[in-house]
Amino acid sequence: MLGPFFAVMRRDLLLAWRGRADVLVTLAFFVIVVCLFPFGVGAETNQLRAIAPGVLWVAALLSTLLSLHRLFAQDHADGTLEQLLLSPEPTALWVLAKIAAHWIVTGLPLVLVAPGLALLFDVGQGVLGVLTLSLALGSPILALLGAVGAALTLGLRGGGVLLALLVLPLFVPVLIFGAGAVDSELGGTGAAAHLLLLGGGLLGAIALAPFACAAALRIAME
Amino acid sequence: MKTANFDDRIKRSKSLLRFAAPQMFYPLAGTFAPWCLAVAAVLTVLGLWIGFFVAPTDAQQGDVYRVIFIHVPAAWMSMFIYLVMAFWAAVGLVLNTRLSFMMAQALAPTGAMFCFVALWTGALWGRPTWGTYWVWDARLTSQLLLLFLYLGYIALTQAIDDARRADRAGAIIALVGAVNVPIIYFSVQWWNTLHQGASVSLTRAPSMASAMLWGMLVMALAAWAYTFAVVFWRVRSLILERERHTEWVGAELAAHEGRA
Amino acid sequence: MLEAEELACLKGDRLLFRGLAVRLEAGELLRVTGPNGYGKTSLLRILCGLAVPEHGAVRWRGVEVRRDRESFHRALMYSGHAAALNDLLTPLENLRFACAAAGDDPDEAACAEALGRIGLGGQIDLPARVLSQGQRRRVGLARLFLAARRPLWVLDEPFTALDVKAVADLTATLSAHCRAGGIVVLTTHQDAPFETPPRVLDLAGVAC
Repeated sequence: MLGPFFAVMRRDLLLAWRGRADVLVTLAFFVIVVCLFPFGVGAETNQLRAIAPGVLWVAALLSTLLSLHRLFAQDHADGTLEQLLLSPEPTALWVLAKIAAHWIVTGLPLVLVAPGLALLFDVGQGVLGVLTLSLALGSPILALLGAVGAALTLGLRGGGVLLALLVLPLFVPVLIFGAGAVDSELGGTGAAAHLLLLGGGLLGAIALAPFACAAALRIAME
Repeated sequence: MKTANFDDRIKRSKSLLRFAAPQMFYPLAGTFAPWCLAVAAVLTVLGLWIGFFVAPTDAQQGDVYRVIFIHVPAAWMSMFIYLVMAFWAAVGLVLNTRLSFMMAQALAPTGAMFCFVALWTGALWGRPTWGTYWVWDARLTSQLLLLFLYLGYIALTQAIDDARRADRAGAIIALVGAVNVPIIYFSVQWWNTLHQGASVSLTRAPSMASAMLWGMLVMALAAWAYTFAVVFWRVRSLILERERHTEWVGAELAAHEGRA
Repeated sequence: MLEAEELACLKGDRLLFRGLAVRLEAGELLRVTGPNGYGKTSLLRILCGLAVPEHGAVRWRGVEVRRDRESFHRALMYSGHAAALNDLLTPLENLRFACAAAGDDPDEAACAEALGRIGLGGQIDLPARVLSQGQRRRVGLARLFLAARRPLWVLDEPFTALDVKAVADLTATLSAHCRAGGIVVLTTHQDAPFETPPRVLDLAGVAC
């Protein structure tokens, strides 16, 4: 039963490795967006420190959005998606594998470079752990929710903008709890509650999003 | 031949479910829509009369508060319509009834309109009361996100040419949105609360004059009747558009042209 | 074994066909014909369960395919219009993935042998983007050798871009599958050299 799950995961990771340049573009976008903010709001250290969690989170959210349309587009174009939908194994399973591989390729690098970028904003080293953890828990939720949007807008004209309109409102709670975790750690109240909510949200998204995404893919291919 | 038999069968059926067939619902909606509109007009006049002439001036806010007679019913309706829309989307996905999807699509523009009215009147109320048109408080922000959810639904259903795919894709995003609405509301509440506490609540005695309450309830009923009327009309146009190749729509249009 | 009744297909605004009924027993080969735009591919997609008919039903061994998708798709091998090849993967990797996605897991040697039988033994380690159209088509068809256990083969234009010898080999493979009790449904524009002329379903006959 897990055959297609691992086959899809292995294949998508291999493809990402062979097309490394595409992956690096997302990461470069994240770094550049974060570095633009000081030019916009001024380089005053206290202000930068105050906006850092929000800036990093919004940038991570936009980078995720930028890479989402690639999730199914290639497989849709070359017919692989049809073959996957004809697999006798549950659709939600290999959809989850695709999303997981996508997150490992696009989300995980953001989580890993975020602490380094936070130092540019003079964020105290004590909260770097919380920042990384909040992104590690939150960015998979973004990928899971975004996958539903990507499946719904598959093959539509203007799909990219439409995708943003569909999923950005759904991203708001993740943004609130993710950036909020860092803020409350800075404020001294502790980030446990925020992180627990993010973790719960992640479990809920893993349980529900693959099914919604599978249904959306079937509808898109009919 | 086949369709003629089918037509006869549903016309003879005594079950209420026969109105789930578009060509049965079409005349029904046409009969009810004008009545709903008339009720909406009467209730609006009555509600505004109560609101502007019967309800007393508020001790703290003066006459500015009277915007609640539009603001509160619009906010109620915008949230309620989203739930109804998600309900019809779910019914459509489970029972595979075309009319349910049409109901969901007919509701969306009205919901978005009420959402916008609630935001607009909220801003007009906020300026004299808080000194600013917009504050990032929990309820205004949730309302804004609800408007985005409506716009996303409308944009998605409009972007897909194939009616069947548009119906189903729209239904999925409506359901995903409905699951997220409580989460969004909770998260935004958590993020910031600056608004005054709820002024109408079912669990404690209302803190406002009964005339104010009556005005708001009458306006809410007017909004309901208006929603019914426009949704009936919009569903009728959707039915005509979707079924334009069938014989009964041809006959209907021919009869209409004969009258005109 | 495969039955379709009262099928109607709506594409966008147009009803392509209606009242289409077909019944296939073990060992039969059906060729779907009709001019472009008459719904050949749509019909194959409906038969596979990829698309939903506007009206009517498809049954496999008496069970509607939507009710028991899993066992139907275990019995099905579909080769679509697109070859389902990723340009960054080699033919061998593509074939192994296609089999694994379909729920089979043949080992590398079996896949390499299938590619050798279809005449791609020399291109096994090249990325798929350097293959010609005919070679790309063959990678997809190599799955036929690994899907012999699947009784129902649905092939959309399998002969496109193949040379004369490859066409002859493919028809031999399809005939052998039917002799072994399989069912083949295919569309093609060119005349394939079948020993016994296949059953033909002409969509022009049920078009609206």
